[in-house]
Amino acid sequence: MLLLNCPCCGIDADETELEAGGEAHITRHGAGASDDDFETYMFMRKNPKGVHFERWRHAYGCGKWFHAARCTMTLEVFGTYSAQTLEPPKALINKIKKKRPDWEGFVK
Amino acid sequence: MSTRLQSGGRLIDRTKQIEFNWNGKRLNGFQGDTLASALLANDQMLMGRSFKYHRPRGVVAAGPEEPNALMGTGEDGRFEPNQRATTTEIYQGLKSHSQNHWPSLEFDVGAINTKLSRFFPAGFYYKTFMAPSFAWKHVFEPIIRKSAGLGKAPTHKDEDSYEYFYAHVDVVVAGGGIAGLQAALTAGQAGATVLLMEQAVDYGGRAITDGVTIGGKPAAAWIKSTLAALKKLPNVQMRTRMMAAGVYDHGYLLGYERLTDHMGPSDGPRQRLWRIRAKRIVTATGAIERPLSFAGNDIPGVMLAGAVRDYIADYGVSVGDRTVVVTNNDDGYRTAIALHEAGLNVPCIIDPRGDLDGELPAKAIALGIRVENKSAIGKVKGGKRVEAVTLCAQAGEGATLEEIKCDAVAMSGGWSPVVHLWSHCGGKLNWDADTAMFRPDPARPPLGADGTGFVIATGTANGHLDAAAALKDGHAAGMTAAKEVGYKPARAAAPLAASEREAAMMPVWSMPQGASYELKSKTFLDYQNDVKVSDVRLAAQEGYESVEHTKRYTTLGMATDQGKLSNINGLAVLADSLNADIPNVGTTTFRPPYHPISLGSIAGDAHNELFKPIRKTPMHQWIDENGGDWEPVADWRRPYCYKQGSESVEDAVTREILNTRENCGLLDASTLGKIIVKGPDAGKFLDMMYTNMMSTLKVGHCRYGLMCSENGFLSDDGVVARLDENTFLCHTTSGGSDRIHAHMEEWLQTEWWDWKVYTANTTEQYAQIAVVGPNARKVLEKLGGMDVSAEALPFMTFKDGELGGIKARPYRISFSGELSYEIAVPASQGQAFWDMCMEAGKEFGIQPYGTECLHVMRAEKGFIMIGDETDGTVIPQDLGLNWAISKKKEDFLGKRGQQRSHMTDPNRWKLVGLKTVDPAKVIPDGAYAVDGTMRENGMHNMIGRVTSTYFSPTLNHSIAMGLVLNGPDRMGEVIDFPTIGGESIKAEICDPVFLDKEGARQNV
Repeated sequence: MLLLNCPCCGIDADETELEAGGEAHITRHGAGASDDDFETYMFMRKNPKGVHFERWRHAYGCGKWFHAARCTMTLEVFGTYSAQTLEPPKALINKIKKKRPDWEGFVK
Repeated sequence: MSTRLQSGGRLIDRTKQIEFNWNGKRLNGFQGDTLASALLANDQMLMGRSFKYHRPRGVVAAGPEEPNALMGTGEDGRFEPNQRATTTEIYQGLKSHSQNHWPSLEFDVGAINTKLSRFFPAGFYYKTFMAPSFAWKHVFEPIIRKSAGLGKAPTHKDEDSYEYFYAHVDVVVAGGGIAGLQAALTAGQAGATVLLMEQAVDYGGRAITDGVTIGGKPAAAWIKSTLAALKKLPNVQMRTRMMAAGVYDHGYLLGYERLTDHMGPSDGPRQRLWRIRAKRIVTATGAIERPLSFAGNDIPGVMLAGAVRDYIADYGVSVGDRTVVVTNNDDGYRTAIALHEAGLNVPCIIDPRGDLDGELPAKAIALGIRVENKSAIGKVKGGKRVEAVTLCAQAGEGATLEEIKCDAVAMSGGWSPVVHLWSHCGGKLNWDADTAMFRPDPARPPLGADGTGFVIATGTANGHLDAAAALKDGHAAGMTAAKEVGYKPARAAAPLAASEREAAMMPVWSMPQGASYELKSKTFLDYQNDVKVSDVRLAAQEGYESVEHTKRYTTLGMATDQGKLSNINGLAVLADSLNADIPNVGTTTFRPPYHPISLGSIAGDAHNELFKPIRKTPMHQWIDENGGDWEPVADWRRPYCYKQGSESVEDAVTREILNTRENCGLLDASTLGKIIVKGPDAGKFLDMMYTNMMSTLKVGHCRYGLMCSENGFLSDDGVVARLDENTFLCHTTSGGSDRIHAHMEEWLQTEWWDWKVYTANTTEQYAQIAVVGPNARKVLEKLGGMDVSAEALPFMTFKDGELGGIKARPYRISFSGELSYEIAVPASQGQAFWDMCMEAGKEFGIQPYGTECLHVMRAEKGFIMIGDETDGTVIPQDLGLNWAISKKKEDFLGKRGQQRSHMTDPNRWKLVGLKTVDPAKVIPDGAYAVDGTMRENGMHNMIGRVTSTYFSPTLNHSIAMGLVLNGPDRMGEVIDFPTIGGESIKAEICDPVFLDKEGARQNV
């Protein structure tokens, strides 16, 4: 059972308090989008074995969404951060690179 | 025979006799006895029957690893099946019985299976039930259902209570043997908060029984002083009868504490499930002895050597008068010596090893015990009890050299560290060939949230079978744990433990080495599931190379003991059959719980009214007292109808519909979601949320709106009211309020976070009461306080004011097609307002109505219902709701999704009304329409389905709505709905609005 720190209310939240929201930093393609863009937006997900940026909601706590960088293999949590951003904070990316030299880096 | 010895037994109190009942017999034991030790003291070695062959089985172990002695305990509301006799403590009046036999334990008809065993090889089920297909249902399943299973399921509701505890600690130490005690002490003295849990009744593990000395004194003295030191530390909590059941991600751990099981029915919770977050978990869970694989190793009286010793030392019970010891390691000699010292006879120690140069064999020989090296047991003779063993050479095929009479066999195949807690969450193991065991690989521990290992294996569980090494390791584990959670433990040396020097063990996976097929087919690996050496060999021959496949094919290790005794032996046999090394074959996965825990403890307090608390509207009690026939609607309860006197549900619904259409009805609509959306960008935001244009809605007006998912599918609907320039109130469906509020928040927080919008779910702040019907206005006018006339409050508007002295906001909206006001009042005034309406409405024929009346009336008007007309695959266009989809808006959620080719396919089924040809026949819910053509697979081609279907008392006609292929283009056509009974109901496709299409009734 995961333990994630909610950056909004500061609590280390049990997985039972959280709702998973899938991959983070998906670009919305709405009206007027090409079929390919819409497909990518709606259905294509990375599902990596390793570093993953994902969305969580502190559903049974403060109710806020946040993002987490987590290793899907070891469940190591590199950090959590605000959902109000288009990409992960630089410091977090550097931290992950340090821990995982082979990581390809953040790809949107 | 097995019996109580004159003296000894450190866990029992001989001054306190306990009477208990087993299989209808009244037996006596002592305070502190387990059911197993008490039965043995009463010469009851036979304790159960095996699962598959119904072979007679005796107790094998003395702890939770016991595979055979499973009992039903307690009665009625306290009955519990499959309790291990070895961990069940007896109490005055305990009722218990053995399982899996008929008619009796002594004589069991099912034992015929053992004679037929060559017809039940590995994979028997898979092979047999392949064909013919009818045989499963008519032949195999009934037989298997009757004979399968161990204990019987309880038939009564559980009378006991259970509870949860939550704990957050620095260090959990699982296991209170000497290594665990030392680890807890070291970590505790360093300042860390420590929770020490021991599954047994007492601390110390095997050290006392095995004669370990610590600091030159007997282990018992050290344990006593260590416990005293631990108790002085305020940061250390200690619990016995508490098992670490499972380790989960990020230091989550379940502790299973048995509070009153040893006392019988008591006040207070019976068991407690601890939900723990620990920064470090020290697993000091010891080791489990392995059986040896020789023919007849399952005959009652063949036991683990360590268990034989435990029964003597802990309970003062001898398992037999003449016990042959067979061991491939020095530890087994401790049992021979213990038996000898208890005055019992050990005819022979049989050891497959050549050189016996350890201290313990020397001591045994000095005591005059006969020791045979390079030897093995050929087979055990006996049926319900061991009678003799045959002695043979380990190197040979089992030719009998001598028959040795005995009534018990103590076997030791070496020890396997209990690595379960290490492995539950991904800790990896290494195979140690010298000691023939899997031990934790410290380089590959389970990782916590910070990427560091959070489980530390120590002591015997870490592979240190020697007491001195185990204690030292416990100290080191305590130091490591304390340091890793941020404390600085003082430099101190571990206390020094000592025990006899042991020579190397010799891995023996088959006894004798070249045992024949006949012997192997009587050599059991998994006692509970009756898996033999021959079964694993057969599986290997048939191509099952993966240990995970072999496990499932043979059921090895799949019984309730999860292979605690059998896994390593089975693995070794598989490796041997495949000519592979054990580490290359690998282990099966260790999954929590370590030992079965009760379902009651998992449920805790979450049962009855606390299982899923229900939501109640302010009028709930009134409805309950006035004939409300409840139905669940999401977490709410709503009245399906209000029954008057002996009226049937159907009659009540009919009455309510007719009365509402003719006079006036009153509906509790408080469950509707009410979400406030406020801010300068609220209109812009709602334009994205709804398919309609909401930003143009005038203050004081209402608009019906549709919400879709980004895929385009219709998700919710409701009326939106604009309260002021920056504030909207969005009504949602009863089941949708939380979901839609979350949906709005998700978009606001994660996509349009720069928009100035705030949402609040105010569903429970208001009671909402619909006054519906031709007399509705008269009722409100009688209450007085505000102008509710058609001119002052036209259709699709609302006004804030006062009705009958209560602050009220009537909305002129209608889900019934009648003149209708939905009036929101503060929740605290809901009941008062309801009472006023009932009183004022008396002269106008007011009656409350329920959800079914609401449903029928909306269907008469052709209004859709989320969840009836929609199922997550339906878009608004399917329902003819194009008028509610803005063409002016650049974008809204679902717009792009609805433009996909599949969504614009002209062959999508579309909503129509369905009028049955026979007005009395109601089409069954969910019925499909067919056109008479068939598919290749012999099924009908379907051309539509019913989504809502009722008998309309207003029209005196059966009506329905449905989604039909090209439906709107087929008005007047009659289509067929076959029913399960074989009858086909004919219905004419028509407009879904059955009543008052012009809206004359509501626009007054």
